Amino acid sequence: MKKYTYTEQKDTRSGFGAGLLEAGKKNSNVVAFCADLIGSLKMGDFKNEFPERFFQAGIAEANMIGMAAGMATAGKIPFTGTFANFSTARVLDQVRQSIAYSNKNVKICASHAGLTLGEDGATHQTMEDISMMKNLPNMVVINPCDYNQTKAATLAILDYEGPVYLRFGRPKVPVFTPEDQKFEIGKAIIFNEGADVSIFATGHMVWKAIEAGELLAAKGIDAEIINIHTIKPLDQKAVLDSVAKTNCVVTAEEHLRNGGLGDSIAQLLALNAPAPIEMVAVDDKFGESGPPEELMSKYGLDTVDIVEAALKVIKRK
Amino acid sequence: MADINKLQDFASQVRRDILRMVHAVNSGHPGGSLGSTDFVTALYQDILSYDSSNFTMEGKGEDIFYLSNGHISPMWYSILAHSGFFAVSELATFRKIGTRLQGHPTTAEGLEGIRIASGSLGQGLSVAIGHAQAKKLDNDNHIVYTLHGDGELDEGQIWEAVLYAAAKKVDNLIATVDYNKQQIDGPIEEVMSLGDLAAKWKAFGWIVMEMKGNDMADIIKVMAQAKEAAHQGKPIVVLMHTEMGAGVDFMMGTHKWHGVAPNDEQLANALGQLPETLGDY
Repeated sequence: MKKYTYTEQKDTRSGFGAGLLEAGKKNSNVVAFCADLIGSLKMGDFKNEFPERFFQAGIAEANMIGMAAGMATAGKIPFTGTFANFSTARVLDQVRQSIAYSNKNVKICASHAGLTLGEDGATHQTMEDISMMKNLPNMVVINPCDYNQTKAATLAILDYEGPVYLRFGRPKVPVFTPEDQKFEIGKAIIFNEGADVSIFATGHMVWKAIEAGELLAAKGIDAEIINIHTIKPLDQKAVLDSVAKTNCVVTAEEHLRNGGLGDSIAQLLALNAPAPIEMVAVDDKFGESGPPEELMSKYGLDTVDIVEAALKVIKRK
Repeated sequence: MADINKLQDFASQVRRDILRMVHAVNSGHPGGSLGSTDFVTALYQDILSYDSSNFTMEGKGEDIFYLSNGHISPMWYSILAHSGFFAVSELATFRKIGTRLQGHPTTAEGLEGIRIASGSLGQGLSVAIGHAQAKKLDNDNHIVYTLHGDGELDEGQIWEAVLYAAAKKVDNLIATVDYNKQQIDGPIEEVMSLGDLAAKWKAFGWIVMEMKGNDMADIIKVMAQAKEAAHQGKPIVVLMHTEMGAGVDFMMGTHKWHGVAPNDEQLANALGQLPETLGDY
């Protein structure tokens, strides 16, 4: 198992904030909208640097999504910022008609996704957002794993023409990917090559997958660990190539099993190369209040859950 | 000065097109289409500045129009075609499989003149605000216009947008409401009363104007006043009093022709009331 370390922990939303500021410097067509959550989304630096290109929408997300669509029509590159739940469920029809169906170059940037939002509880902890967004034709769905990858993803979507859903989170998590990484939309990253089991992880679960890989290595199991940062379009070749080697799969995501990354991979395998699969995800229920790490453990999204899933799926080969 | 007779002739042809289009596929929305024909004719034939031979999404250096209540698409398609955006003959494909003239307007088929999909109601005002603010960033003094149904004002997103436009002084925006007092299920007063509609917009901080939306001379006069009022710190709304089904006697004054196509006999009767002025498609 290749060794991964980190020296600091940072929130992925701060990676977005830093990326947005740099995007604004790189391209004068970049504009930003926020629905009364500048601090939470880390959009303050952009606002201060480019006040004329920053638009405070107030707590009116539907209007914000529509305005972003209009800005994009006029040739600007809008980034919208609010919590993941209010970026998706709250405005699904606006995103569907005005952005996805109309194929507008809008970047829907969504923080506080998943259980790790923590104490605010289930009203704010969306675990359905990937499902909603990936089901919209034209929509690209990205869920980066740490600060550096989120910053790189924010800059990568600037150079992509079309609707994007960029999902990130609230808590400080290990920064283990390189600062100068090249982010390719739709291109999986192999963190560890292995022959016994393929572990496909996204978002905050990638670090846990690496931890699980170390625990599995101690048991003599050689896990292939792949970071799927782009859930749609899925890197089909990377998935099929890996499974051809390992013949079994674990997926890991901070999302419901229905409609998530595991769902996409299961569909791909069922149609092309059926293989046993275990999904580390939340099983059709809402979250609750609590410290993020305790919630991850309670809802089966911990390192140990990935290890157990790997042991189980290997037996099913 | 606008040539009122010429505009009225244009509108007569648009009404013929609407009726023939919805009749041909036995579906579509003639009532609101007929009622808003005069206003949108005036927009494209007299008020807006645009280049239909070189349509761009961005519309830089041009006035912009967004149709928020997309179901009255046959009216818009006819006016776009007769204004040079695409061939008039294409009107014959309305709502048929493979057409660019979808039941509700869309950008997906690349139809010139359409900048966003509309149909699911309440979204167009927000889009227009975004475009208007982009024009400000580009130092482009042209105006963004919208049309909304009065029933559409039931949607909450409209009022989010109304609040925003006044708060942020989006003063290069002229919204218009097709105030025919009818919606699908019946008169607005019965389905969802809008109360004192002018007072509501005024209270939000908009300049409110009213006009007779089926009177070409009044449309030209009031829209000129609306344009004069632009760029002075407030968004503008024009409530246009119209008749659903205007121009066809048996379709007027009722919600019953909102989404119903005429049969052969009704079509013949209606066309008899509307001179063919520009040639049928």
